[in-house]
Amino acid sequence: MTNSIPFLRTTIGKKMLVGLSGLGFAFFLLTHMAGNLLLLVGPEAYNEYSYKLTSTKLIYLAEAGLVLMFALHVFLTIQLTAANRAARKTPYERGAGGPKRTSFVAKTLILSGLVLLVFTILHLITFKYGTVYTVTYGTTEMRDLYTLVVEKFREPGYVAWYVFAMLILGAHLSHGVSASLQSLGLTTVRNCTAKKIGWAFAALVTIGFIIQPLYLFFSGGAS
Amino acid sequence: MSETLNLKLKVWRQKNARDEGKLVDYTLEGVSTHASFLEMLDVLNEKLIKQGDEPVAFDHDCREGICGSCGVMINGAAHGAQLGTATCQLHMRHFKDGDTIVVEPFRARAFPVVKDLMVNRTAFDRIIAAGGFISVNTGSAPEANNLPVGRETAEAAFDSAACIGCGACVAACKNASAMLFVGAKVSHLAHLPQGQPERFRRVTAMVAQMDSEKFGSCTNTGACEAACPKEIKLTNIAQLNRELLRASLCR
Ligand code: SF4
Ligand code: FES
Repeated sequence: MTNSIPFLRTTIGKKMLVGLSGLGFAFFLLTHMAGNLLLLVGPEAYNEYSYKLTSTKLIYLAEAGLVLMFALHVFLTIQLTAANRAARKTPYERGAGGPKRTSFVAKTLILSGLVLLVFTILHLITFKYGTVYTVTYGTTEMRDLYTLVVEKFREPGYVAWYVFAMLILGAHLSHGVSASLQSLGLTTVRNCTAKKIGWAFAALVTIGFIIQPLYLFFSGGAS
Repeated sequence: MSETLNLKLKVWRQKNARDEGKLVDYTLEGVSTHASFLEMLDVLNEKLIKQGDEPVAFDHDCREGICGSCGVMINGAAHGAQLGTATCQLHMRHFKDGDTIVVEPFRARAFPVVKDLMVNRTAFDRIIAAGGFISVNTGSAPEANNLPVGRETAEAAFDSAACIGCGACVAACKNASAMLFVGAKVSHLAHLPQGQPERFRRVTAMVAQMDSEKFGSCTNTGACEAACPKEIKLTNIAQLNRELLRASLCR
């Protein structure tokens, strides 16, 4: 008789769920970033987009999916990290230097993740559940999210924190995306392709997110 | 380049599994640059024995880089800073006169210290016993040419089979994960026709054993790959992940 553990209870199964939920969320971030580029176009384009997005019923399904993925990702990584810490009781006197040193970003993914967890909660409070301004285009009255965003992105402190959080996001994605591909077993022979995909993706999303506050801060935004 | 070195050593001394253990300072003069790291420890031990002190216990056997017995942390790096090198094959010419060298045992909850630099790696043996084998009838040696194996496949299997089970991957990993070792063993047999009958049972049982030995999980930092004296690649871990997924879906 061979012993076995149900797949999703093995550390490998859990890692796959972490990878899948992470990739799912990363894909959402790409669409989120792309949609928000409308901030650079102007208030009407952005508000109409956000109105269309939030007035379909499908949004509830998408939101539920996102919350589920996020919760799963956070819960499993915290659980795995606790087990990983417990796997070495006595720390080393010295860390490896030279060619055997490992990347700081890769080693601190849990910390960048925790910063992002805090950011995400604050982000929802600030925008999704923030002040509701309204505006009317033609005959439709809708939420004027643009004004709220511009208001926030005029505060230097807020912009600094936002840009900082996006750089942390970039770091998280730069290891997270390729690591997820690896956990899902999608790397063969060489894993440098996965690394390149991860870096490119991280750079795209991070730069896309960072130019928005910077543009609005320096241009003052349209009113 | 000088032919001999004077070194300051900080070596982990621990009487037994229950002892707390601590780093002890030693100085060693006139170490030949041609000596291996283990021979340097031999010289230290001779000196300690002459002084009436307890010699430093460390694991070793072949001293040719092929058995997987040796292995210590040298200045924080498993098997030392040289890539693709086991401790026994690491030569003192890589150090400089006057260097301070910190020597610690491989550390993991699954690898308890037996004494000084010696750790108990039988967790690896139990993982192998769980499924890292093929079942064959003994007595009649099969005709080798009955089972043709393509060259690429044979090479891939051999690359994985190069793992000597030293445990440096576990020691170097911040999570003390055994994924590279298990990945190498699973990939090795998964490539070969002889490994097919037990393919799914093997990976399931080995992973179950690995998890129950309380190794950590993989966070893909690549510390294991860098530490491995046999340069086992991270893609072995991806293959292990695929094998387990397939086994779970197909059983
Ligand atoms: S994978 Fe490399 S480091 Fe790990 S046990 Fe095998 S030979 Fe040693
Ligand atoms: S003593 Fe055999 S590999 Fe080092």
